[in-house]
Amino acid sequence: MIALLVRDLRLAFRAGGGFGLGLAFFLLVAVLVPLGVGPEGGTLGKIAPGILWVGALLSCLLSLDRIFALDFEDGSLDLLATSPLPMEGAVAVKAFAHWLVTGLPLTLAAPVLGVLLYLPPDGYGWLVLSLFLGTPALSVIGAFGAALTVGVKRGGLLLSLLVLPLYVPTLIFGAEVVKRGAAGMEVATPLALLAAITAGAAGLLPFASAAAIRVNLR
Amino acid sequence: MEMRVSDLAVQRGGIVVLEGLSFTLPPGRALVLRGPNGVGKTTLLRTLAGLQPAVAGQVSIPAESLAYASHADGLKATLSVAENLSFWAAVYGTTLVETALEGMNLIALRNRWAASLSAGQKRRLGLARLLVSGRPIWVLDEPTVSLDAASVALFAGAVRAHLAAGGAALMATHIDLGLDEAEVLDLSPFRATSRSARQDAGFQEAFL
Repeated sequence: MIALLVRDLRLAFRAGGGFGLGLAFFLLVAVLVPLGVGPEGGTLGKIAPGILWVGALLSCLLSLDRIFALDFEDGSLDLLATSPLPMEGAVAVKAFAHWLVTGLPLTLAAPVLGVLLYLPPDGYGWLVLSLFLGTPALSVIGAFGAALTVGVKRGGLLLSLLVLPLYVPTLIFGAEVVKRGAAGMEVATPLALLAAITAGAAGLLPFASAAAIRVNLR
Repeated sequence: MEMRVSDLAVQRGGIVVLEGLSFTLPPGRALVLRGPNGVGKTTLLRTLAGLQPAVAGQVSIPAESLAYASHADGLKATLSVAENLSFWAAVYGTTLVETALEGMNLIALRNRWAASLSAGQKRRLGLARLLVSGRPIWVLDEPTVSLDAASVALFAGAVRAHLAAGGAALMATHIDLGLDEAEVLDLSPFRATSRSARQDAGFQEAFL
């Protein structure tokens, strides 16, 4: 398990590994939106939570098809399936590696980009917390979508269509936490729901993903 | 540690390709599968490896004893030769990386990226994974593709050492390995007749 995590992280950081792709996209969104909307702080501050969450979600989506497609193409997914590693564990580890490479850097970079978007001062803590709790769900749900489309050539479009609706609850509650937090309101309810989505997805979806991969390998 | 297959039928793409296949593979023996392209060698090996379900028949393989090598080597281009092997060693819980590097004559290449290897060298690295696995039953699909004569001899030597150590090997190959002790099983007689192939018509496949 740890070997698989180390391997996936190593691959991500080496040439062509895709680390930084999501982060760069997130950065672009956060830089371009103020230019498009205009420099007025009031408007930007109001839309900042939504923009940051949408940006995080889209940049997560960008690297999803790599989770299993690369292993499928070079045959290592077959070999992993016949190895002593349980497929459920392998899926969970690969989703976790995906989060470490995309979700975690996004979470850490978000406060800096919040400044560009005039995010109200009270919102920063909630922004980091909501991304920290919510982005793992994005990776796990994304891994499920990637598992469903693993044998499909150019499955990226199908993957996005499958995964986007599943991302909606995370987006709604994630952005709601930041919005309420920035306005100084009570955040417990959306925060609890966000955490519940992540916990549920992380607990259940690896089993569904493993089953989908087994079917796709036949 | 014996692999036993009885009355097995396997399917590819919803069509039964082989049926009524029975054989046993005791320790210390090698079995070479032959047959024309498309007869179902790869399908049979994938079924035995557990990647797809059998249509009928029984397969009995001792738990945790099988190492499968497919057409593709499953190498990661941006990992070095030693890193590729260390990963599989960790997965299988062995420490046989050095032995495997030596066995497949890869010592000099250990720090090269897999991307910069030639096709034959990649294949040798793919086969070294079997040595690393420490599993007694090898299931090999065309193991000698893109190997030169010297490497084929090296591989045959590795298989012979594996058999001598009580292992077994089942391989699909078209060329002569120089393994005189290996039995040959021609799959052509087990080709599914069109009647039984039609019968299947894939209820399950409709969903998948």
